[in-house]
Amino acid sequence: MPEPLIVAHQLVKRFGDFTAVDGIDVQVQPGEVFGFLGPNGAGKSSTMRMIGCVSPVTSGSLRLFGLDPATHGAKIRARIGVVPQLDTLDTELSVQENLWLYGRFFDLPRAEAKRRAVELLEFAQLSDRADSVVDNLSGGMKRRLSIARSLINNPELLLLDEPTTGLDPQARHVLWDRLYRLKQEGVTQVLTTHYMDEAEQLCDRLVVMDHGRIVAEGSPRSLIEQWSTREVLELRFPAGTNDTNAAQLAGIGERQELLPDRVLVYAHDGEAALVEAHARGLQPESALVRRASLEDVFLLLTGRSLAD
Amino acid sequence: MSTIFLRILPPAMVVRRPHRMIERHVVAYRRQWLIIVSGFFEPLLYLLSMRAGLGSLVGTVTVAGKAVPYDAFVAPALMASSAMNGAIFDSTGNVMHRLKYARIYDAALATPMGPGDVAVGEISWALIRGQMYAISFLGVMAALGLVDTWWSLLALPACALIGLTFASIGFVCTTYMRGWADLEIVTTATMPLFLFSATFFPTSSYGSWAWVVQLSPLYHGVALVRAANAGVWTASVVGHVAVLVGLSAVALVVAARRVDSLLRK
Repeated sequence: MPEPLIVAHQLVKRFGDFTAVDGIDVQVQPGEVFGFLGPNGAGKSSTMRMIGCVSPVTSGSLRLFGLDPATHGAKIRARIGVVPQLDTLDTELSVQENLWLYGRFFDLPRAEAKRRAVELLEFAQLSDRADSVVDNLSGGMKRRLSIARSLINNPELLLLDEPTTGLDPQARHVLWDRLYRLKQEGVTQVLTTHYMDEAEQLCDRLVVMDHGRIVAEGSPRSLIEQWSTREVLELRFPAGTNDTNAAQLAGIGERQELLPDRVLVYAHDGEAALVEAHARGLQPESALVRRASLEDVFLLLTGRSLAD
Repeated sequence: MSTIFLRILPPAMVVRRPHRMIERHVVAYRRQWLIIVSGFFEPLLYLLSMRAGLGSLVGTVTVAGKAVPYDAFVAPALMASSAMNGAIFDSTGNVMHRLKYARIYDAALATPMGPGDVAVGEISWALIRGQMYAISFLGVMAALGLVDTWWSLLALPACALIGLTFASIGFVCTTYMRGWADLEIVTTATMPLFLFSATFFPTSSYGSWAWVVQLSPLYHGVALVRAANAGVWTASVVGHVAVLVGLSAVALVVAARRVDSLLRK
């Protein structure tokens, strides 16, 4: 097995009295796409900032490429690319200038930086916008430009903090496609997200974070197998009757989850569970049988849905 | 060995690529050169109004036992003031925009660039901008016949020192500001400096309050530019240089630390 690219041991980040990251252990292998999943405030971004060597570690140890961020921050940053949660594109520069001038921060020779900028514009499907002002780009284009910019130094590791938050479905799919290509080229990726479908699409392995701690770890599939039944029956009842109806579901499937707007029944056979519910005289307004997802794992582990 | 060295030296104090920041500004301002040019006119208009208007009323001013025409007295002070204003302007409003709104420094710090590179790069750029105004102002002074010694060329490094001092102080102040409204404080602070740094009248006219004038960093800058322009050097020049160098050094170190503590939490 190759040397892990990231090794974090009992990693802690504190801001005054507030503990944002509370002793996590993480290893990321070269070539892997690794995800931090969790609601807002779970400690994902703080973890990413420590990995990106822009936030000092409070305690515990962190190594990237075998180097310590406290002493070799600049050396490490030279080998990684960062896509921050909020775009930090330079609005006083054109699309093309954003790329090559950023390359200069990595000490690329000017001709090389400009050559790479042209390539990356192609990759990000922005070639026809090379001379546009950044402000005139759509949200999806800005995000693609951010990703292109993060690749200017040919990074071995790419850090993406909520790469598709706020994008429409089509723009998300374009972005996922670009990230998948990078994975095929062997670029290691670490991303945070609170979208389950994104994590399932992109990640080889992920950890679920809550209140600064890791509450589960594994591949999307193994997490679902470990923590959930194969299928889920979603039942909607008339407003205000969830409680009483849920009580009557007792014993159907493995367990039930009562949400504000619906009741979830975890069962290996969702159809059979629905038949049983009908047999008990329950009349839901709607019923849906679906496969279990990471959303269900998250709900079970944290007692909250991700949208919170 | 190098690890020990790096542990002792805080990351904010490492300065390797400040010129990358300057390169960015050169490219950005290629499209906004009018903004740069406009900064040149304010001191020029002041000088012309002093020469044509006030100068004819005042006549001559006695400096170090020598009578000089009023415009020749005021011109070096205006040159020093424009170096201050150019540096302050760039290191407050523009730095605020890049720090808080465009988040350009956040982007830079994700690369091998460090807080020291950002602070030194930004302050250097402000200084360069101030220096461009100083050079053109000296040219105008020469054209108006207000320069009669080669010593006057030393007014340029004097203005660079003024620029460095005020760019560093301005940068540090900006890191403490909460938003655009706080920028008003800058004008409130530089206006009295501009008026009461022995700019428009000699120190003697302040009477027993002359010592207050000496608290103004600009006063020391004005004194330097005046000495260069007159080609008359006294021991006090050393003191003026020491004050400005000392202020710059402290402000530069604080500036890099502020970038570090603000952006690398």
